[in-house]
Amino acid sequence: MSRLRRNLAPYLLVLPGGLWLLLFFAVPMITMLSLSLQQGDIVNGYAFTGHWQTYVDAIGNYRTQLFRSLLYGAIATIALIVLAFPVAYWIAFYGGRRKATYLFLLLLPFFVSFVLRTISWRQILTDEGPVLGPLKDIGLLGDSFHVLGTPFAVIAGLVYNFLPFMVLPVYVALERIDPRVIEAARDLYADPATAFRKVILPLALPGVFAGVLMTFVPASSDYVNSAVLGSSSTTMIGQVIQAQYLATADYPTASALSFVLMAVLLIGVFTYARALGTEDVMKVAAR
Amino acid sequence: MSDTPAIEFVGVHKEFQSHGETVHAVRTLDLAIGQGEFFSLLGPSGCGKTTTMRMIAGFEDPSAGTVFLDGKDVTGVAPNKRDVNMVFQSYALFPHMSVFQNVSFGLERRKVAKAEITRRVGEIIEIVSLTGMEKRAPREMSGGQQQRVALARALVNRPRALLLDEPLGALDLKLRQQMQVELKRIQREVGITFVYVTHDQGEALTMSDRIAVMQGGRIDQLGTPREIYEKPATRFVAGFIGTSNLLEGEVRSIDDGIATLSSAPGDCVLVPVPGSVAVGDKLEISVRPEKIELERGTEAPSDCSVVAGTVSEVVYHGTSTNYAVTTAAGPEFTVFDQNAANADDLAVRGDKVFLYWNAQHSYPIGV
Repeated sequence: MSRLRRNLAPYLLVLPGGLWLLLFFAVPMITMLSLSLQQGDIVNGYAFTGHWQTYVDAIGNYRTQLFRSLLYGAIATIALIVLAFPVAYWIAFYGGRRKATYLFLLLLPFFVSFVLRTISWRQILTDEGPVLGPLKDIGLLGDSFHVLGTPFAVIAGLVYNFLPFMVLPVYVALERIDPRVIEAARDLYADPATAFRKVILPLALPGVFAGVLMTFVPASSDYVNSAVLGSSSTTMIGQVIQAQYLATADYPTASALSFVLMAVLLIGVFTYARALGTEDVMKVAAR
Repeated sequence: MSDTPAIEFVGVHKEFQSHGETVHAVRTLDLAIGQGEFFSLLGPSGCGKTTTMRMIAGFEDPSAGTVFLDGKDVTGVAPNKRDVNMVFQSYALFPHMSVFQNVSFGLERRKVAKAEITRRVGEIIEIVSLTGMEKRAPREMSGGQQQRVALARALVNRPRALLLDEPLGALDLKLRQQMQVELKRIQREVGITFVYVTHDQGEALTMSDRIAVMQGGRIDQLGTPREIYEKPATRFVAGFIGTSNLLEGEVRSIDDGIATLSSAPGDCVLVPVPGSVAVGDKLEISVRPEKIELERGTEAPSDCSVVAGTVSEVVYHGTSTNYAVTTAAGPEFTVFDQNAANADDLAVRGDKVFLYWNAQHSYPIGV
C-alpha cells in the first residue's frame, strides 16, 4: 500500500501542472490547428475541410509583416543586449550593498500596465510634445520632423518594454561570477579588456542566451508597440493576427498565421541555440 | 641568486574605509623576503596577512610606502604587469576552460610560441602529477586536483615569486598533509620564492624557511619556525603557535644568567635571562607543554624549575597523554607526555603531582 503510494506520488505531484498544460495549452492548440483548416464565415459558421491553402494565402498576403516583425524583434534584441549588459554589469560589480535597490528601481516602472506605459511614450514623443516641441521651437529640428509612426519609435518601444527581461538574466549570470576568477585573469597577465573578453563575457553568455530567448520571442510577436507608437508602414504580424480575429473575424487565417509565427520562432530559436552551442552554454550555466 | 630581496616592503601602510571608519589593515610594515625562500605570513583572520599578499600581487595599493619586486619599485603597477602569480584560496580556476586552457592562459597572454606553450604546460602538468587530465574541465576534478591545476597555472609562468593564499584550506586533513609535502617538493624543484599565507600554525611550522607572525596589521615576530616556536617574542606568538604555559613573576635573584622568579611557597621557577634584566623586574615566561615532566609523589626534584599541583584533567591522544594541572602558581598548566616509555598514564585525576623542567626550557617573553 505504502509502496503503491510512493510510486504514485510523483504522478500526483505532476497532476495539477499537467492538467493546466492540457487545458490551457494542448486543447487550445488543437482547437486552433483545427480552426486553421476550416472554411466558412462568422455568420454561417465554420466547417473542417482540411483546407491547407489558407496557410499558403496567409503567408503570401502577410509575408511583409512577418519579415518586419522578425526584423524589429532582432534589432530590438540586439539593442537590448547592448543596453542591458552595461546596466547588469554595473549593478553586479559596483552595486555593493544596494544591488537589490537598483534592481527594484529598474523594475519600478514595470509595475504600471504595459499598455499604459506605451501610451505615455506616445505622449512624450508626440510631434509637439515635451521632447520634440521645444527642439522644434528653437529650430534644432524641422517642423516636419517626427518620431511617432516610424520604425524607430516601434523598436524603441519594444526595447523599453522588454528591458528587464534582458537585464535580469544577464545580471544573474554576472552576479554568479566569482570575483577572484577575474582577479586570477588579471594576475595571469590579462589587461582589463582581455579579462573581460576571455573570462567575464564567456561566463555571462548563458545569461545573454536566456535574455535573448525571453525578449526576441515576445518582441517579435508583440502588437501593442506598433499599434500605439507605429503607423500602417510599421504593422507587425501580431497586429495582423489580432485584426483577423477581432476585426475581420477570419478565424482560419488568424489561426494559420499564429502557427506560422510559432513555427518561424521555434526554428529561429533552435538554429540560434545550435549556433551558440547550447551544450557549452548549459555546461557553464550548470557549474 | 643575488642579494636583492625577491620582495621588499618599505614603510608600507594600508587603510580601508569601512562604514565610514578607517580600518588599518597593515601598519608601517618593513619586510624583505629572500630569493628562493619559502616564506609564510601567519596569523588569525583580520591580521593583515592577506592584504599584505594582495599588495604584492597588485590587487591592493598601499596607502603609504613602497613595494619592491627584485629591487624594482612596483607600487601602483597593475597586477598583469607584475612578475608574480597567485594561487587563490578557492583556486579561482576558469570554469569555462579545460585544464590545458587554464594552465596556458598566462603564457598565451605573454604571446609565447604555440610549441613552447605545449612543451611548458606538459612539463608543469607532469610536475603536479596531472598528466592525462589536460582536457578535463575543472568541475570534473576533485578538490586536490583543482588545487594542482591552480598551482600549475601559476608556476608555468616561472614567476619571480609565487603567492599562495591559504591554498590548502579547502582540503581535508589527509590530503592537506599530503599537499604540504608536495608543495615543499615542488618549491625545491622549481626554486621559486613562495609566499604562503595561512592561519594554520602547524602548516607554517612544517613548510616554511621563515615565518612572519602577524597580528593587528603588524608583524609580531619574524624568524625561522624553530625560533618562533622556542623563543616566542610576544605573549600573542607564544599562544598562537602551539600551546604555551605562561607564568608571571618578579626576579628575586640572578645567578650566572639564570634568574629565580618569585613563586608559590615550595615552588621554584628558573629562567635564563639576558644581562639587561635586573633583580626586581617583572617577567613573563613561556614553557612548552612537552618540555615539562610530571611526577607523582611528595619529594620535589632539586635542580629544575618545580611547580606543585593537582591533576584536573587527563586526555589520552594516542601518541601522547595530555594533562591539565591546577597549580598554586596561578595558571592551569598543560603537560604533554609522550607515550613512548609509559604504557600506563603517569597520573589520574585528583593526583598531587610535581611539574618540573630544565631551566633552559623557560623562555622570557619580550626581553
